[in-house]
Amino acid sequence: MKRFAELYAAIDGTTRTNEKIAALAAYLAEAPPEDRLWTVALFSGRRPRRTITATTLREWAAERAGLPLWLLEESYAVAGDLAETIALILPPPTRESDHSLTHWITHVRHLATLDEVTRKVGIFAAWDSLALPERFLLTKLLTGGFRVGISQTLTIRALSQATGQPVTDLTHRLMGNWTPDKTTWDMLIDAKTQTDLSQPYPFYLAYALEDPTDLGDPAQWFAERKWDGIRGQFILRDQTHHVWSRGEDLITNRFPELAQLADYLPQGTVIDGEILAFDANRPLPFADLQKRIGRKTVPKKLLTEAPVILMAYDLLENHGQDIRPLPFAIRRERLNTLCAAIPPSAPLRLSPAVPFTTTVDLARERSASRDLGAEGLMLKRLDSPYLTGRKRGDWWKWKVDPLTVDAVMIYAQAGHGRRANLYTDYTFAVRDGNALVPFTKAYSGLTDAEFTEITNWVRKNTLQRFGPVRQVPPELVFEIAFEGIRASPRHKSGIALRFPRMARWRHDKPSSEINTLDDLRQLLKIQG
Amino acid sequence: MADVLTFTDRGIYCPAGEFHIDPWCPVARALLTHGHSDHARPGMDSYLSTDIAAPVIRYRLGDIRIDTIRYGEVRQIGGAQISFHPAGHVPGSAQIRVEVAGQVWVVSGDYKTEADGLSTPFEPVRCHVFISECTFGLPMFRWPAQDALRDQINRWWAANAADGRFSLLGSYALGKAQRLLTLLDPTIGPILTHGAIEATNAVLRAQGITLPPTEQVVQGTDLKSRTGALILCPPGAPATPWANRFGSSSTAYASGWMTLRGIRRRRGADMGFVLSDHADWEGLNSAIRATGAERVYVTHGYTATYRRWLEEHGYDARIVSTAFEGEAADPTESA
Ligand SMILES: [Zn+2]
Ligand SMILES: [Zn+2]
Repeated sequence: MKRFAELYAAIDGTTRTNEKIAALAAYLAEAPPEDRLWTVALFSGRRPRRTITATTLREWAAERAGLPLWLLEESYAVAGDLAETIALILPPPTRESDHSLTHWITHVRHLATLDEVTRKVGIFAAWDSLALPERFLLTKLLTGGFRVGISQTLTIRALSQATGQPVTDLTHRLMGNWTPDKTTWDMLIDAKTQTDLSQPYPFYLAYALEDPTDLGDPAQWFAERKWDGIRGQFILRDQTHHVWSRGEDLITNRFPELAQLADYLPQGTVIDGEILAFDANRPLPFADLQKRIGRKTVPKKLLTEAPVILMAYDLLENHGQDIRPLPFAIRRERLNTLCAAIPPSAPLRLSPAVPFTTTVDLARERSASRDLGAEGLMLKRLDSPYLTGRKRGDWWKWKVDPLTVDAVMIYAQAGHGRRANLYTDYTFAVRDGNALVPFTKAYSGLTDAEFTEITNWVRKNTLQRFGPVRQVPPELVFEIAFEGIRASPRHKSGIALRFPRMARWRHDKPSSEINTLDDLRQLLKIQG
Repeated sequence: MADVLTFTDRGIYCPAGEFHIDPWCPVARALLTHGHSDHARPGMDSYLSTDIAAPVIRYRLGDIRIDTIRYGEVRQIGGAQISFHPAGHVPGSAQIRVEVAGQVWVVSGDYKTEADGLSTPFEPVRCHVFISECTFGLPMFRWPAQDALRDQINRWWAANAADGRFSLLGSYALGKAQRLLTLLDPTIGPILTHGAIEATNAVLRAQGITLPPTEQVVQGTDLKSRTGALILCPPGAPATPWANRFGSSSTAYASGWMTLRGIRRRRGADMGFVLSDHADWEGLNSAIRATGAERVYVTHGYTATYRRWLEEHGYDARIVSTAFEGEAADPTESA
């Protein structure tokens, strides 16, 4: 665990990509195989389940440290990280140990099966035998909240350096629902054949297009709508189908209506598309799809209220053959053939091509996006292979401009992680007559310098404190950008925004000139 | 009975002796706990500090009228009896004891309880009322042993030197920088300094404080022949163009705030050393216990939290209202 803690500190302590990769590659080359396997699992989000609720853990940590719970809470508000807070306030360890990462993960999972009294004894003993960095990581594992500052892409690059295998192969191998219990290092990384029939392909992601003239000759490009649902892969192999989200969640059971596609598609088919709640000829608002995302099983009523389809973008596997290297135009042609053989009632549609000849046509089509329930346009080079990850050049997304309102900050709260101790999470209000109505929170979009300046202002201008939240005078005005708006009876304002963030700080605007609740209702009528 | 000290918009005031302690607006008579800029401000008609603190104060404030006093020496100012006692914060730093009609109040200034081998070590002073800083008044702050820290810093420097890189170490010019100097192992390589730090070094050396040899980085310094050196500089310097001349380098900061991962990351340093000239959580608690005070005023830092903690332990604890607080609890450690 000491070695793993050093690795974690090395990755956490630098912003330089190459140093992160070098640290991880060195670790993967020398750690015992089961620790390597767990490291790759943890770094790709395959965490052991939570052993204990955060509430109980706080109580136990306060008890062990001999401190009142409120003081732990105050400390947590400053550090912004519960595991770190706990690791810091506990008394120094009285014993030394250097068990492996796998040992501690096994221990943590074993604790989960025990009764509460025994579990507590086990956790106290673990805390007592670990130095600060390892104790922090163990506590992260206990809460099920382990995260690390290295992306999957960089993890795979390090893995490639350590093993000498190509990045694309490794990316594919690490997809899917493997866990360290179900596989070994040899099977996952070294074995010649893949046996997991559910395994998806890595998604190809597009960068945002700033200027359409960057495309060059329009004749080289294909355009379609960028639909606003869940990007996913539909996989049919050996009579069994699987649906994966882009976030690598297996979501087959959440969308049972897609099962019937298995009746029409040939074995060995993998389609990349967008899962959309769909009504006749039009996508339903994202909010309708959202109702289905959180559920493992779907009640009948919801199946009729918010039925889904797969809007097909691309074909990755055809008759069991990986066709990602073929040009997009050919893959699209084959996808077209597959879709044409399917009855119109089945929940699969070919994402329609958007015809155009000039970039002016494209700009016009883009501005029609919201009316069609789309987020913008996708532009794909006709000869592009299906690449892995986010790559520049062959595919672009060209989203519509966000919606914006001007609002005033009324509450501020300290951020987490890198932004602990800075006030970065704000609640905003619009006017309703003489009253201010809170309508959204936002915590990104400003520079560190702006956050620092606002933090100083918040400290000097606090009207009232509610735990970690500070009420401030309604003076600072911000332009809030967002992607969508919907009615929400749960909120005081009656509306909820999608992806709100601060577009800029309006130093130039007094709070008397911010938008009103009526402005928002008007937007809801048009956009909702 | 009237309070020995009151809190005014100019700072802490003693009506019986008609003087202020660490005032931030011009007053007739100022007693200073130490020379950091949030305590020693220009514009007072006259100053009083310890003899050890005076040279730096004079250097920083220029042409001032300053009288000095030794630790433990008792003086009468009007109706108040005053004395200065070691605070262990930086060389010459003091807690100021004020006694009026048998009532004893002590102003801690900034203090730390751990002996650093440079400043005169902290001595608890019995009193009825204690005015304490609580910059690090949360239980997360627990300073590592100085020996462990010395190893950590020297290992970092040695590793950089072996890679042919400079080591840029950011710290405050007065106190922390000299404390770091006493921790560094000069066999690893030369120790260079930023001008702001070298100036303070010179003042301290002139008054007889022994520091290892250092060399100021100037326009013509031949850095090639000093590859692998350690450069002590103010905390802001590594992010300025001044630091470009070092090319390949590793940056570290030494501060109590380096305890917190979020702040370490925000600073963007390669390393953070947990080294503070303030008391940690245990230091605050033990210092306050040792005063025997029943009433404690807290200032600087997590005052509301720390006040509540003291109250739960039976103290009459109060906050020196924020309007009189010289600085916010900011990640840039109060100096
Ligand atoms: Zn201070
Ligand atoms: Zn100070």
